Amino acid sequence: MKSMQELAAIREAMKAEITLAGKPGAKRVVVGMATCGIAAGATPVLNAFVDGVKEAGIGDKVSVKQTGCVGICQYEPVAEVYDGTERTTYVKMDAEKAKRVVEEHLIGGKVVTEYTIGATEV
Amino acid sequence: MTDNIITSLADTSFYKIQRRIALKNCGVIDPENIDEYLAMDGYMALHKVLTEMTPDDVIQVMLDSGLRGRGGAGFPTGLKWKFAKGYDAPQKYVCCNADEGDPGAFMDRSVLEGDPHVVLEAMAIAGYAIGSSQGYIYVRAEYPVAVKRLNIALQQAREYGLFGKNIYGTGFDFDIDIRLGAGAFVCGEETALMTSIEGNRGEPRPRPPFPAEKGLFQSPSILNNVETWANIPQIILNGADWFSSVGTEKSKGTKVFALGGKIRHTGLVEIPMGTPLSTVIDEIGGGVPNGKKFKAAQTGGPSGGCIPASHINVQMDYEHLAEIGSIMGSGGLIVMDEDNCMVDIAKFFLTFTCDESCGKCTPCRIGTKRMLEILDRITSGKGTMEDIDKLEDLAYYIKDNALCGLGQTAPNPVLSTIRFFRDEYEAHINDRHCPAAVCKELFHYVVDPDKCIGCTQCLRNCPPFAITKTDYIAEGHKLPSVKIDNDKCIKCGACIEKCKFDAISKQ
Ligand SMILES: Cc1cc2nc3c(=O)[nH]c(=O)nc-3n(C[C@H](O)[C@H](O)[C@H](O)COP(=O)(O)O)c2cc1C
Repeated sequence: MKSMQELAAIREAMKAEITLAGKPGAKRVVVGMATCGIAAGATPVLNAFVDGVKEAGIGDKVSVKQTGCVGICQYEPVAEVYDGTERTTYVKMDAEKAKRVVEEHLIGGKVVTEYTIGATEV
Repeated sequence: MTDNIITSLADTSFYKIQRRIALKNCGVIDPENIDEYLAMDGYMALHKVLTEMTPDDVIQVMLDSGLRGRGGAGFPTGLKWKFAKGYDAPQKYVCCNADEGDPGAFMDRSVLEGDPHVVLEAMAIAGYAIGSSQGYIYVRAEYPVAVKRLNIALQQAREYGLFGKNIYGTGFDFDIDIRLGAGAFVCGEETALMTSIEGNRGEPRPRPPFPAEKGLFQSPSILNNVETWANIPQIILNGADWFSSVGTEKSKGTKVFALGGKIRHTGLVEIPMGTPLSTVIDEIGGGVPNGKKFKAAQTGGPSGGCIPASHINVQMDYEHLAEIGSIMGSGGLIVMDEDNCMVDIAKFFLTFTCDESCGKCTPCRIGTKRMLEILDRITSGKGTMEDIDKLEDLAYYIKDNALCGLGQTAPNPVLSTIRFFRDEYEAHINDRHCPAAVCKELFHYVVDPDKCIGCTQCLRNCPPFAITKTDYIAEGHKLPSVKIDNDKCIKCGACIEKCKFDAISKQ
C-alpha cells in the first residue's frame, strides 16, 4: 500500500526517467518486446543492449527497457533510442547491430544511420 | 534526420498521420513496471472518479464523450453502463472482452501486452460507476505474453493499494480475475463469453434479457472490448469535449486497425474516425506493393464486408462503412490486389464461420454449411446462375434467424462480394474462368513459345512431369520451347516461380 505522497514521488521520478527532462546526457533505450517482437528475435537484442550498457559502465546514464508494440511489423525487432528530444528508430535489429549501437550511439553519441528506419527497405 | 535519411519513426508518413489515444503508451513504457504507467498519469483517472465524481457524473462523461464500443457493434459505452447501474443487485460484474477472434486482428493483444494497466484502471472506473466490486478479463490462452503481463500488472496494482480493498482509502473495493478462453470465435460473443466464464460450454443464449440486466451469474453485467477500455482513463482526465473533438459527428475518437494483406507497410495504426480509406492505404500503408492495383479492402473480418476500389475514399467510421455494406468491426483491415479472387475470399471467411459455428441454432449450423457447398460448387466450375440467387436467399434467411451475432453476420462477406463483384461470380459460373487465377480448376498455366528460351528449368521442377519440349524454336533462340499438358498439371505454380523469362502465365 502506497500513500498519495509516495505515489506522487514515484510519478515525478519516473516521468523524468521516461522524458529525460532535467537529465542532460541521459539516454533511454526501449526494445519492442510484444509477441511480434519476441517472435522476430527481440530477446537477444534486448540482452545485447543490457549487457553492452553494463560492460561499458554507462548504466547511470543509459536505461534499457522492454516495451510493447510500436506497430511496424515488418521492421521488427525494433529498438528506439531517446536522447534529449532526439528519437532514433533502429529496425531489423540483431545482437551484433545492438552492440554497434551501444558503441557508436550510446557511448559515442553518433546515430548509426544505416540501421535506422529511413535507411532500411522492406 | 541525418543526411536526408529519416532516422525516427515519428517523422515517417506511416506515423505522422496517426493519432494515438488508445495506443498512447504502447511502445513507450515498460508494461511490466507499474511505475512507468504511473508516470504517464496512470491511475490518476481512477483517483479523480473516486474522490471528485459521483457514479452518475462518470456515466454522464462517458455519454457526453460519444465513445462507442470498439469490439464490433459500436454500442454507446455510457448507455451500457447507465443500464447496468439502473439494476439493483447484491453483486454486479465488469467484464473485459480480450477474446480477439477475428482472423488477422491483433489490436487488443498489442494493448494488453504494451499497456495492461490501462485496462485494469478503466475497469475499476466502470466498477465504481455501475456499483460493482468484481471484474473478469476473458482472454484467449493463445496470448501467453498478454496473460503474463496482465497478471504482473494486477499483482503490482494490488501491492500499491490501487486494486483490492479500500482503494485510495475511499472505501471502494475492486478486484479482477483473469479467465482463459480456449480460442473459440463464438466465445467473443457477449452471452457465450459470460457462459464460458461461468465454467460452461461457450454457447450464446437469446437476448433479451441483456447482460446489463442478467449477465454473468445471472447478475447485471457490462462487457467492453480491450480498446474501448483503453480510451477511458484519458476521457476521464481530459474530459468528454476533448475526446469528442476527435472524429466525426457520430463516430467519436480514434480507431485502431490491424493493417495487413497486400500493402507495403503492414502494422498497427490508430487514426481519427472518419479518415478516408485512401489515406490509410496510400499514405500510412505506402500503397499496394509490386506495382499491382488495389482491388478491395476487407473490414470487420468474417462479420464484415469488402470495400471496392470505387469506394476507396470512404470515410472510416461506423455510418459510412455501414452505408456500403461493410462494418467497422473490431479493426481488421485486409488489403487485396488484383491477384485476389473475391469469390475465394468469401469462401475463406465462410469456411471460418462455418467451422466456428457452435451448432446451437440451425440457421447458422446448417445454413453456413449449405452456403459453403454452393461456394465450393462455384469455385470448382460447377455453379449455375441460380446458385447466386440461392446464396442470397440463404444469406438473408440466416441473418434474420440465427441466434447470435456469429450467424447473423456470417453471410456478410458473401453478400458484399456479390454486391460489388457479381461479374466475378458470373465469370466463374458462365465462363468457367477465375479472372484472378486463384481457383485451381478455373485457370491454367500457359507457355508463350516466343518468350520461352528452352532452358527447361520449369520442366525439371514440374512434380507431375506435365511439361514437355516442343519442336518450335522462336526466332533468335537456340533451343525449342516447352508446353504444359493441362490434364497432368496440378497447378502448383513451381514452373512460374522457376521461369526467369516471364514466359509462363496464368490464364
Ligand atoms: C461471433 C462474435 C464474436 C465476437 N468477438 C469479439 C471479440 O473477439 N472481441 C470483442 O471485443 N468483441 C467481440 N464481439 C462483440 C461482443 O459480443 C460485444 O459486442 C463487445 O465485446 C462489447 O464491447 P464493446 O461495446 O466495448 O465493443 C463478438 C461478437 C460476435 C457475435
